[in-house]
Amino acid sequence: MHKGFSAAPDSNDIYRTTDKRNIQGRKRCEEFLGRSAAFLAAALVVALTVSIIYFIGSKGLATFTVHGVRVTEFLFSTQWWPDRPLEEGGPAVGSLTFILGSLLVSLLAVAVSAPLSVIVAVFMVEIAPVWGQRALQPAIEILAGIPSVVYGYVGLSLLVPFIRNYLGGEGFSVLAGFIVLSIMILPTIISVSTDSLRALPPQWKEAALALGSTRWQTIRLVLVPAARSGLITAVVLGLARAFGEALAVQMVIGNTRTIPHSLLDPTITLTSAITMDMGYTIMGSLWNSALWSMGLILLLMSFLFIMVIRVVVRGGMVR
Amino acid sequence: MNARLADRLATIMFWTGAAMVLAILALLLGYILWHGIRVIDWHFLTAPPQTIVAGGGVGPQIFNSFYLLLLTMFITAPLGLLAGIYLAEYAGKRRITEYIRLSIETLTSLPSIVVGLFGLLIFVNMTGWGYSLMSGALALAVINLPLMVRISEEAIRSVPGELREASLALGATRWETMWRVILPSAFPGLVTGAIIAAGRVFGEAAALLYTAGMSSPILNFSDLNPWSPTSPLNPFRPAETLAVHIWKINSEALIPDVRRVADGSAAVLILVVLLFNICARWLGRRIYRRLTAT
Repeated sequence: MHKGFSAAPDSNDIYRTTDKRNIQGRKRCEEFLGRSAAFLAAALVVALTVSIIYFIGSKGLATFTVHGVRVTEFLFSTQWWPDRPLEEGGPAVGSLTFILGSLLVSLLAVAVSAPLSVIVAVFMVEIAPVWGQRALQPAIEILAGIPSVVYGYVGLSLLVPFIRNYLGGEGFSVLAGFIVLSIMILPTIISVSTDSLRALPPQWKEAALALGSTRWQTIRLVLVPAARSGLITAVVLGLARAFGEALAVQMVIGNTRTIPHSLLDPTITLTSAITMDMGYTIMGSLWNSALWSMGLILLLMSFLFIMVIRVVVRGGMVR
Repeated sequence: MNARLADRLATIMFWTGAAMVLAILALLLGYILWHGIRVIDWHFLTAPPQTIVAGGGVGPQIFNSFYLLLLTMFITAPLGLLAGIYLAEYAGKRRITEYIRLSIETLTSLPSIVVGLFGLLIFVNMTGWGYSLMSGALALAVINLPLMVRISEEAIRSVPGELREASLALGATRWETMWRVILPSAFPGLVTGAIIAAGRVFGEAAALLYTAGMSSPILNFSDLNPWSPTSPLNPFRPAETLAVHIWKINSEALIPDVRRVADGSAAVLILVVLLFNICARWLGRRIYRRLTAT
C-alpha cells in the first residue's frame, strides 16, 4: 500500500529532448491545458487535506479556546458530565474513558490479528503459493470488501448473544469489540505483509536453505527479520484502521461510560461517542465541541500512525 | 526439540492459520447469506421501509446507495484520473510532489467518521444544503479520491515504456501520448480498480450518517424532475443508504422485524459487493483481451 511510489522510473530524461521540438500552436496549447488540469487535480488533493486539518483543528480546539477547558483535564480526567447544571458542579468533559476504550480495543485487536496475519502471509508466499493464490488471495479480497456495518451486524447478532450465553455478562463487551475489529483488520495486515515478503530477494532464502537451515529456520531467522519494516508497517496500518473504525465497534461495545474491569465489561470508544451524540448536540455547545475535540484526537492519531510508518520505512531502507 | 520436528510443527501452524482465515470467511458469508437469502424477494427489494409495523422493504435505500455511488464516481473518476496522470507523468522529484503524496497518504488513513465530520461542517452546514445526497457524495468523494488517484497512477505506470517512447518518437506531444496511447492501454487496470473502489463506497456508512442523513423522504418513482422534492433524482434531498439503514434500524428502530430487515439488507449489501468484485475481474480480463486481441 505504501510502497511503489519511490520505485517510479524517472522518465523525464526522454522528454527533455522531445519538449524542445517545435510543436505547433494548437498542440502546444492542448499540452499546456492538459498539464494544467492534471496539476490542478493533484493540487486539489493537497488543498483538501489542508482544509480538513484546518476545519477539524479549529472546531476541535474550540473546547479549549472558547469554553476554556484545560487540555490536561480533557485528556486525563474521567469526569464526563457534559450537560450537568451549574448548581451541581457545572459541566465536565474529561474524555479519558473514551480514549482508553479506543486504545484498549484497537491494541487487543492488533495483538490477535497481527500474529495470525503474518502466519497467513508467510503461508501465501513460502509454504503454499499455489493455494495462496487460488484460495486465500480471493478470500482476503472478499474480506476486505465486506462493509464495516456488516461486520458490526454479524458481531451484534452472532457474537454478542454467544458471549452472553456461554461466557457471561451482557454480551456487549470489550471482547466482542476487539474480536470484530481483529477480523476486520486481517485483510489490511495480510496484504501489506505479503507484499513485503514477496519483495525479498530470493537469494537470501536460497542461501539460508543451502546452509542447511530447515524451512522454519529460514522463515524465522532470515525472512521475517528481513521483512521487518514491511511487517511493522502492515501492523501499524491495521492499528490505524482499528482505531478509526466507528460503526462496527459502536454496535457491539455496549457504549457505557465506564472503564472496563474485565474483557466481558462494556465500554465506549471515541468513535462511538461521536457517532451517537453528534446528531443530538447543538453546534457550538460544550458537549458538541468536546465531540469535535475527539475527532481532532482521531485526526492526530492518524498523523502519528503515518509518521511511525515513515520512520519505519526509512529505517528499513538504510539497512 | 530437534530442528526437523520444529519444522513440522511450524508447517502445521502455517496450514492451521490459513485454514482459520478461510473458516472465518466461510462462517461470515455463510451466516449472512443463510439468514438473508430467505428474506430477499421482490417485495423486500422494492417496497419502502415501515416505521412501526412489520413487513417493510428497502427499495429506496437500494436506490439511494446506487445513486450516491454514481454521483460520487462522477466527481472522483475525472479528478482521480487527472491527478494520477500528473503523478505518473508530469511530477518529477519536486517538493510539491512530496506534499501531494503526503496528502494522499493522510487522506487514505483518515478514519471515515472524521471525513463525515468534515462533510457535516462544509458540505452540510456551510453550503446550506442540509443532509443531502450531494453532501454525502462529496464526503464519499473525499474517501474515494486518494484511492482513485493511486489506482490510476499505478495503471498508468504499468504501461510498458516502449509504447510511450514509440509514440513520442512519432512526433506526438506528451498529452497526445497520454490520451491516445497510454490511457487506452491502462484502461483494463483503471476499470478493475475503479469497480473495486466502488464496492468500498457502496458499503460505507460512518461518513454518511451526518452528511446524507439517516432518513429518506417519501419518494415518487414516477416523478423524474430532479428539482421536485419527492423525486428520487433530486440530489438535494436527504437519503439513507442501505449500509446506514442496517446501522440505524439496529440502534433505534421501532419495527418488530428488525432482525428480518437487517438480515436481508446485509445479504443484499454483501451480494452487491461480491458482484462488483466478480465484475471487476471479468470486465478487466475482457477489455484486456479485446485490446490486445489475444
